[in-house]
Amino acid sequence: MRKNGKNPENIALNVMNLACERGGFEIFSGVSFTAQPGEVILLRGPNGAGKSTCLATLYGVLPKSFGTVSFENIDPEREPREYLHIVGHVPGVKTTLTVKENLTFWAQLYGGTENVLPAIEAAGLEAIQDSEASILSAGQTRRLGLARLLVANRPIWILDEPTSALDKQGDQWVGQLIADHCAEGGIVIAATHLDIPHLAPEAVKTVMIGYSAVDHAS
Amino acid sequence: MKPFLAMLTRDMKLATRIGGDSLTVLLFYIMTGAIMPFAIGPDKDQLAQLGPAIIWISALLSLLLALDRLFRMDHEDGSLLAMRQASLPLEMIVVAKICAHWVTTALPLIVATPVLAILLNLEIDQTLRVIFTLLVGTPALICFGAIGAAVTVSIKRGGLIAPILILPLSIPTLIFGVSAVSSGAIANAQDAALLFLAGFTLLSLVFTPFAAALALKMAAE
Repeated sequence: MRKNGKNPENIALNVMNLACERGGFEIFSGVSFTAQPGEVILLRGPNGAGKSTCLATLYGVLPKSFGTVSFENIDPEREPREYLHIVGHVPGVKTTLTVKENLTFWAQLYGGTENVLPAIEAAGLEAIQDSEASILSAGQTRRLGLARLLVANRPIWILDEPTSALDKQGDQWVGQLIADHCAEGGIVIAATHLDIPHLAPEAVKTVMIGYSAVDHAS
Repeated sequence: MKPFLAMLTRDMKLATRIGGDSLTVLLFYIMTGAIMPFAIGPDKDQLAQLGPAIIWISALLSLLLALDRLFRMDHEDGSLLAMRQASLPLEMIVVAKICAHWVTTALPLIVATPVLAILLNLEIDQTLRVIFTLLVGTPALICFGAIGAAVTVSIKRGGLIAPILILPLSIPTLIFGVSAVSSGAIANAQDAALLFLAGFTLLSLVFTPFAAALALKMAAE
């Protein structure tokens, strides 16, 4: 029996035949998948294939030119965005705020927990929690950006290259975060080349993003 | 309410820390105001007559200085994208940012106005009236600025684009702001100007959150 502490409402995501066009140029098309609670969707494809664009279309920042994105079991009174966590290329860290202030802000803005210490410890930043984020290295900044995932519970995580700038331990940490989230019923959609540890192979779906952009260029 | 306050306090912290805008705006305001008497000369009556206009122009220019950056920093470091997933609509985030910006840039400037008033030889009652019109009028300037900043948020090194966009919108505020202090030929013109000024502020407060949020959404596309 799977625990579903991270996804009590059993939110699922259905994507049908999604496509996105930018300036008359088709970036990607025909992306379909369903994400049930506890599943990881890995988007794979060469550079320029439209992985980031596909993620942006999923969370609604870019308009889709075709297809549907539907969330199952969400409260009709609430917006889909309130079920999402997004970590993009840039981590969203303010360098003049301390590590703790950065996380406390996100916790409050997302309606999350008041106690951000567990998230700081999970990111391995407890020794410098009261230092300004400007002293952090690129990898530590990325860890701080990812720690945002832990301060407020959102069932669906959308991650764009979450392991860039991270070392080997960092890769493992992110893999573990994703595995833990899914083990408790969460959904993770990530554009990454990372292998997710400790997760049943059937819970990991790989979606290849088309080669249309590359084809057009050649 | 808590997400709103979190947004407000965070922006206020950022503005008052190193690299923030509070001190820059305040110093620029005092500097532009303080050099005027040197340029105009020691004619006290002339200074007093030009005083309200000088104070308003200095306020407008110094506010323009920081308005451009209202959303740009958050856009560039990814915070703005993450804010869109908040349990607060983007419109309310814009309201929080405008409030924080007013408190950290316009309010210090209003507090520093008596210093300029002394340099410009303004009477006490005129000084108080300038302060009052600034209190009423600066929120409109910040609101127009927020729209300009939101429209130009994705332009890297936009430079003067946002100020050029904001300036024409600010001119009515400037006209009514100054004429609410200066004694005109028509009786009661001051009070009418003050009402117009308040009207601009209220109108801009209503429309700006929606306009700026829409511009931000379009900029992210």
